[in-house]
Formats: sequence, C-alpha cells, structure tokens
Amino acid sequence: MKRISAFQVMGPVMIGPSSSHTAGALRIAQIAAHILKEPADEVIFYLYGSFAETYQGHGTDRALLAGMMGYPTDHPDIRNAYDIAREQQLKYQFIPATLKEGMHPNTVSIEVVGSSGKKLSLTGASIGGGEVIVNVINGIDVAFTGEYPTLIVQQQDRPGVAAHITSILASAGVNIGTIRMYRESRSNRAFTILETDEKLSSDLVDRILENKNIYDVFMIN
Amino acid sequence: MFGNGQELLAFCQKENISISDAMIRRECDLFETTADEVQQCMLRQWQVMESSVEDALSKNLTSMGGLIGGEAKKLMKRQKEGTSVCGDITAKAVAYSMGVLEVNASMGVIVAAPTAGSSGILPGTLKALQEKYHWNDSQMTDALFCASAIGLIISEKATVAGAEGGCQAETGSAAAMTAAAICELMGATPEISLHAAAICLKNVMGQVCDPIAGLVEAPCQKRNGIGAANALISAEMALAGIPSLIPFDEVVEAMGHVGRSLPESLRETALGGVAATPTGCAYKDKLRQKI
Repeated sequence: MKRISAFQVMGPVMIGPSSSHTAGALRIAQIAAHILKEPADEVIFYLYGSFAETYQGHGTDRALLAGMMGYPTDHPDIRNAYDIAREQQLKYQFIPATLKEGMHPNTVSIEVVGSSGKKLSLTGASIGGGEVIVNVINGIDVAFTGEYPTLIVQQQDRPGVAAHITSILASAGVNIGTIRMYRESRSNRAFTILETDEKLSSDLVDRILENKNIYDVFMIN
Repeated sequence: MFGNGQELLAFCQKENISISDAMIRRECDLFETTADEVQQCMLRQWQVMESSVEDALSKNLTSMGGLIGGEAKKLMKRQKEGTSVCGDITAKAVAYSMGVLEVNASMGVIVAAPTAGSSGILPGTLKALQEKYHWNDSQMTDALFCASAIGLIISEKATVAGAEGGCQAETGSAAAMTAAAICELMGATPEISLHAAAICLKNVMGQVCDPIAGLVEAPCQKRNGIGAANALISAEMALAGIPSLIPFDEVVEAMGHVGRSLPESLRETALGGVAATPTGCAYKDKLRQKI
C-alpha cells in the first residue's frame, strides 16, 4: 500500500476551487507543455464529462491555459490565464464534447501546435485529489501519472532500444521504478515510458538520442 | 507505527508523546527526512492558511460560479458590532472558515485540508482560537500535525473524498481533524483528542454531498461554517471530560460504511439533495447559459 504523507492530508497548497477540476486539469496541460518542449502557439482543449459540464464554474479552462503556459498549481495568476494567454498571443479554443465509452468523467484531449510548428495531441484524466493519468499521446495508448520523474522516449519499435536507454540510466546512477513500452503495431512507432527514483538531468536526453531508432525524448521531473 | 486510533494512542502512551509528535516521527521514519525539515514544510502550510483567511477578510472576492461571495464580511460585521448570537470565538471561526471557501471558489490560493471543498474549517477555526490564546507558529504547526494524524487514519480506514463518502467524509473529517488539534492545543491528552474527533464525525454522519450546479460553492461554504462550530463544540465536550461512547476507530469505520451506502446521486454528482431541487436546477441552468 502507498503510504500517505502528512502533506497529502494537509495539502496540497493549490488554487481553488477543486483539486480534480482545477489543479488536476492544470497538471495535464503542464505535462503536455513539458512534452511539447517549446512555447505553444495554438491549442484546442476538448472537454469531456464533468469537465464539459462545469468547466467555467470550476475554472478548468483557466487552469488548462495556465498549465499550457507552465504555471504551477498554486500560482495566484491562474485566475488571469485568459489575459496572460492573450498577451503571449496564445490562440486557444475550448470545445465541450460527448464522453466516449470507457473514458474517465474528468477527461481532456489537448491538441497543440508549438512555435516551430511541432504538433502534439495528448489525452489525460483527472482522477481525484489533483492526481492525473495520461492515456494517449499522439494516438498511442499510454498510462503514466507524472507523479515520479518520468522519461518518455518516442522511438521506432526495434531491438536494442530499451537496452540502450537502460544502460545510459544505469551509468548515470538512475534507478528505474517502472518501465513500459507502448506500441502501435510491431516494427512501427512506439513509446517507452520509464519512471525513476532520481530526478533526471537534461544531458541524459542527448545521450539517449544518440540511438538512430529514437526520435525524441521528453522528461517530466 | 500506527494505522488506527488505538495504535496511535498506544504509541503516544508508550513513548509519552503527543499526537503531533507521533505524526512527526512517522513522517521522518517513512519519508527519510528530519523533524526540522517537516516542521518547516508544515509552517509553510500554516502560513498559506493564514493568508487565505486574510484574503477572505480584505479582498472583494467573486466566485467563479457566482453563487457565493461576501459572506465572511457580513458575519464579521455582526461580530465587530458585538451583536453576534454565537459569541466571539465561534462567530469568528465561522466567518473565517466560510471566507476561505470564498477564496477557494474565486481561484485563490488555499491548503486542501483535507480537501479543497473543506479547506475553510481548519484554518478558520484555528486562527480564531489563536487570536484569543496567542499560540505561536510552532504550536500552530504542531496542531496541523495532530490534525494530519486524524485525517490520515480517516483516509486509510474510510475516505475523505465527497465522491466516495459524501460531505460527512469531507467537512466531517475536516471538523474532526480540527477538534483533535484544538484539544491538543489546549493541553489535553491524545485520548481526549480522539474523543473530540469521534464526536465530530458522529454529529454529521450521513451528511450528503449535493453541490449546486456541481460547483464547490453552495452548500459547501455554509457547511464549512457549520464544520467550524462542530469542531469547537465537539472539542468543548471532550475537554469537559465527556467521552464519545463509541471509540474513534469504530466511528470512522461506521462513517466509511455509511458513505459507501449513499447512492451515487448523493456523492458529489449534483444529481440529488439540494442540487436536484427546482431552485438548485434553476441555478445550474442559469450557469449553463453563461457557457
């Protein structure tokens, strides 16, 4: 059983009004921003279930925008996210959509275009208490929470890629908590997602990228 | 170290320590940290709590849904004029607690204690009492550790989530945590803190979660006010030597059981209770039109 800390009971420090509809929503957008690795130019948020029903009253829209712009969950300016987005010339759109079968009732799909034209789509759910789970990245089903330092490797599904990643982490003294591979179909696009005990340093990304079957590496610390 | 109230009491008695000390030791043991470090972190939580009370009384707050705003000031006006029917401490505790919910609903910074929807009770009640008894920061920090121990046991043995156990699990737990902390601050034994927490939970057993339009505004805010009064009165009973006839652990278990027996319509879905009344539905429709 996961041991609960005093600060999970007496916390988190957050902006209101709802840990699932505000703080959780912000964290999903924050993960998308981390993966995009560049400022967002244009973003569409598709809101499902309770997010679609109550997003204005819970400030879910402002929280999503703030997360996209890199704000933490306890920042007092989240309330003003619309004004800040306009200042940063971030184009945004919120589209309430119908909940699909098997979807968590607090789900958002984010489609974002970065300043270099790079595109990312990500779907995540806010599962309570500010905790989230990312379900889909660029059409590939995944499952991670962003609660631990996480390394997301976008790759071609070929032999030796996992060995390459783990040997680099081992040489850096990083202990792997979980490792999972998600793939479209055999010998096609895939993601390897690793959760680690230690924080990840950015030089690891360059070293991992040296393998020709790896396209991109994202880190969430 | 301890997983329920009985074990917590046994640990405190064996080591001759308070509930807050027991919680600090548990935190150090489980998360490989020092007492100094966790006390610093908890002080930060208390400081955020204090600012949330200040914000409630000084700023003009408009909630995102527009269902609440200005209630704390209205209550403080009566307290200041000396016309409160509650007495100074209760009047302030209720006003502060409801004020923090205004801060929360207007996207201000709060400490979830244990949740955002019940975030007013602990800071509101403890701040009101601190103004009378002049406790220092370190005493307030200890009080939050004592409250965390109660919240931790409720989380592990039942739930503090409205979606799982109704409002009794959210504002009921917040009040129970507060009542235990008040007893420790007043110098009472760990046993008395547990009686106070048990009395609190019993007072609201079965309370449903029925937020109007699905928002953390009403009746949440008023139930934070009532939660503050519940904490104060339950602590008063326990401090007077009146025990809870049912032990804390059994009350927690009963609360969890009652929570699971509640139909889904009464667990945060806004499909039952006052949320489903004609007026509750009219508020929801009005808010939808804004979208």
